[in-house]
Amino acid sequence: MTVFKLKTPISEEEIRELKVNDVLYVTGTMVTARDAAHKRALEYFEEGKTLPIKLEGLAVFHCGPIVKKEDDKWIVVAAGPTTSTRMGQFEDEFIKNFKVRVIIGKGGMGKRTTDAMKEHGAVYGAFTGGAAVLAAKAIKHVRALEWSDLGMPEALWIFEVEEFGPLTVAIDSHGNNLFEEVKKKVEEKRTTVYKKLGV
Amino acid sequence: MEIQDTIEDVAFNLLKQAVIRLPSDVKEALQRAYEEETSEAGKVNLKAILTNIEFAEKLNTPICQDTGTIIFYVKAGAQARGLEKVEAALRRATKRATEEVPLRPNAVDPLTRKNSGDNTGRFIPFVHWEITDGDSIEITALPKGGGSENVSALGMITPGEGIKGLKKFVIDAVIKAGAKPCPPNTLGVGVGGGADIAMKLAKKALLRPLNQPNLNPDLRKLEKELYEAANSTGIGPMGLGGKFTVLGVNVEYAHRHPASYPVGVAYQCWAARRATARINADGAVEYSTHKAR
Repeated sequence: MTVFKLKTPISEEEIRELKVNDVLYVTGTMVTARDAAHKRALEYFEEGKTLPIKLEGLAVFHCGPIVKKEDDKWIVVAAGPTTSTRMGQFEDEFIKNFKVRVIIGKGGMGKRTTDAMKEHGAVYGAFTGGAAVLAAKAIKHVRALEWSDLGMPEALWIFEVEEFGPLTVAIDSHGNNLFEEVKKKVEEKRTTVYKKLGV
Repeated sequence: MEIQDTIEDVAFNLLKQAVIRLPSDVKEALQRAYEEETSEAGKVNLKAILTNIEFAEKLNTPICQDTGTIIFYVKAGAQARGLEKVEAALRRATKRATEEVPLRPNAVDPLTRKNSGDNTGRFIPFVHWEITDGDSIEITALPKGGGSENVSALGMITPGEGIKGLKKFVIDAVIKAGAKPCPPNTLGVGVGGGADIAMKLAKKALLRPLNQPNLNPDLRKLEKELYEAANSTGIGPMGLGGKFTVLGVNVEYAHRHPASYPVGVAYQCWAARRATARINADGAVEYSTHKAR
């Protein structure tokens, strides 16, 4: 296990250094995107429209944050990760078209995303589910709110973050997927566990 | 102070305590898991959990953005005054906590998809009643996370399979749940009664502190076996692999119909939030899971 501290924009070369089980902290620009934002971003790409922010080299966070406004300034109260599998239908195209380097969420993603990460150079960083205060503390500044018509949780929040993490590299750019590895090992253990229980 | 105001204040305090501070038995179990975990990813995630708990306490802010569905368990002394006012007071406390703590509004109409915005709605907050001797009222607040609720399971085992069938059903549920319920979890198992009773007992079992052994030696043995089996699956913290998939297994039971063997499995997130207090007849309040604040 190696600890990496990367600053955005992150290059393909930098991201290819990371292997599953490594720990990553991200500093720089991070953008939240859930189902609706992924869908719209891909539609914009199809239509040749520019996005509110250039995503190349940035980190994308699967998160619907709780944000409050104080003296005209946005403050992030809680920003835990949401379940990433819902974005699985968009993520491969998203990585290919926008060259994002880090996808952050919880629960892992499937083969399509793993393949796209291998081909284009990106990683999946698992953030601890429920650790919403830890996440909010690393978000130093809300740079912009875009696509607010999608609603607070679904909008694009553009954050400046400092050492956002720890992120466990659970999918690397070499085709390894830690969640799938664990699932496979658990399945292999099933009969041993049964036997121990006498069932 | 009028009894309904005391109940409202106590319930508000319980909700606030529950979502911001974990009971000491849960914190100790997570700390022990961190110390004994051998997988690197597991250790990293447990450390993040412990840091998050500390930050939440320091900043007086909820541990997790999902502050759950609000459920209350009330043990009412048959001689206690004001019992007819308890449910309304609990609703007021829930609305107040949603605004002031704050809690995330988590009460959605299943048909219209409209969020009530204040964590109350039809049958929500849900109140489980138990009538006891005496004149005091004990209230427990259980903010129940959604991710862990989604992996609940009910099995109608063939009675011939009996306890073996139960063990297999529980382990299959744990393996199927995998990373989804934010492990390491507290696992509640309810056996017997009927389908609804087994589920009710499973969820109620989540309220027993992790350091409080089952008084029934047979159940104690069963809990230990299920605990060891769940933790030998290797799912680990956040499903990233490791020794700690559960922090504890609590089993409750009821007698069953000869033809039925219901098994309920309820999950609580690593953030196993709960808070309890007793209101005595003279209005004095004793908080048992958290210090009065």
